[in-house]
Amino acid sequence: MLWRKIARHILALTLTVLLGGLLSAFLVRLAPGFTVDEAQLDPRLNSASVRALRESRLADRNILSFYFHSLNRALHGDLGTSISLGEPVTTLLRQRIPQTLRLVSIGVLLSWAAALALALSAAWLRVSAYDVLNTILSGAFLCIPAAVLALLSVLWNVPGSLAIALIVFPRVYRYTRNLLAKAYFLPHIITARVKGLSELRILLWHVVPVVAPQLLAVAGVSVSIAIGAAIPVEALCGLAGIGQLAWQAALARDLPLLTNITILVTLVTLLANSGADVIGDMLRGQRA
Amino acid sequence: MRSWHGRVWRRVASIVLLLVVGVSLSANWLAPEGYARQYREAASAPPSRQHWLGTDEIGRDRLARVLYGTRISLLLAPAAALLSTLMAALIGGLAGYLGGAWARVAMAVTDLFLSLPWLFLLITVRAMMPLNVSPMISVLVTFLLLGLLGWTTASRVLCATAGSLRNADFVQQARASGVPDARLFWVHVVPNLKPVLYAQFWISIPAFILSEANLGILGLGVTEPTPSWGSLLRELEGVISIGEEPWKFVPLVLLVIVVTSFQLVLSDQEQVAA
Repeated sequence: MLWRKIARHILALTLTVLLGGLLSAFLVRLAPGFTVDEAQLDPRLNSASVRALRESRLADRNILSFYFHSLNRALHGDLGTSISLGEPVTTLLRQRIPQTLRLVSIGVLLSWAAALALALSAAWLRVSAYDVLNTILSGAFLCIPAAVLALLSVLWNVPGSLAIALIVFPRVYRYTRNLLAKAYFLPHIITARVKGLSELRILLWHVVPVVAPQLLAVAGVSVSIAIGAAIPVEALCGLAGIGQLAWQAALARDLPLLTNITILVTLVTLLANSGADVIGDMLRGQRA
Repeated sequence: MRSWHGRVWRRVASIVLLLVVGVSLSANWLAPEGYARQYREAASAPPSRQHWLGTDEIGRDRLARVLYGTRISLLLAPAAALLSTLMAALIGGLAGYLGGAWARVAMAVTDLFLSLPWLFLLITVRAMMPLNVSPMISVLVTFLLLGLLGWTTASRVLCATAGSLRNADFVQQARASGVPDARLFWVHVVPNLKPVLYAQFWISIPAFILSEANLGILGLGVTEPTPSWGSLLRELEGVISIGEEPWKFVPLVLLVIVVTSFQLVLSDQEQVAA
């Protein structure tokens, strides 16, 4: 049963990734000025060079053939060459992935540590003033645009990962707090309290196992939020990662680069969500 | 938020929102010189009696720009929210009502959009639009884009709600009485989706305000000289320390107050939309 579920996830993931790449290729193709290259304005080029440049852009006109040729090349390890940066996409991605991976993973870990610490302590202490204080704190970060948090991190000279953590934290905290609050109304937990079990034991033995599968689903979503947050953070903090590359590719309408980044981002997001789903199902199976 | 404290806070937030909307709508009266007038002799000036919030680096009155920018953001975010809610009702509601392959295709498209982080999707699609357009066109493009891309989460909720209504007794009875499908959908299903639609509309507004601000700071939002909260916040890029020019943070403070007020007012709506 679990293997069938995993197979279904892989099939859905592959189809979504392929569709995502095709969609981004379509969007770039439909964009105004697609067939024009800035290099054509270079006064040092003669008419033959300008014509050659124009023809190289026109070769990408048929988006379906462009996309399927790209996929075929990708299967052989060639992701094409970036039009705006003039470097192989594989090299660019290889250079940038570690930075984003570090930024996103530290950001996600920090946000989860803070959110879990606050939500679990609020659930354990059950003091309404403390709960309200936490809600106000998380709500405040929810009301500040991600790009402003990135700018403030530059202003105060704090690492970009902290900005990502502050963007992800309020969302994770809200879900976790709501899940814990709902779990406390479950009949077996009310019974445990009536029987006189300590609050800490109720939290760790009875509440956390109930909410763990749902928290895992939130973990999958938090990766997606962190990747989205990496765009303003990297672009405004001058960090050379995938977010900054996506930003540059979007501005330059760099078709090969943008298509590959879209596929990569879709793949990572879906892998995180599917992984969280499958592990959540395994936990539910163990409990049943 | 269920206590009287919650009610008081919601009332205070509603008053704050009404006040901000009222003041921004009076921008023409409060700042008759307009947002683009340059006071070249007073560029980058600190607050004074003539310019309460000082001037920007090309000598435009910051208070006038904040007032007009607030008006643009506060009027167009609800318009974008309305568009996204209508699209969600049409796509999600119809797919849920029709069920079967329709629902599967609609949800596959929704999943595709949801698999990309929201800001990544926004900057990609925004960059595909012409960037060198007139300021008013850039305002429309920015908010139209938010409306056209922001329907996915709502669509999922509406698909599930409409799906549960499809087999409801009253719908089956109407179907058995020979009511055509289109009429059944508009007259019997859509009115039952109203609470979710209202909730989705209201919770989209602060989300779109924040998204416009993000796009504006990244230079893909409303273009100069038209102000919006996003374009006003771009000024923070040049700030060296908060203590030196705190008046530059006024648009940010105003945005946080408005979004917080929306969150407080909508604390009940979020439960309906979930």
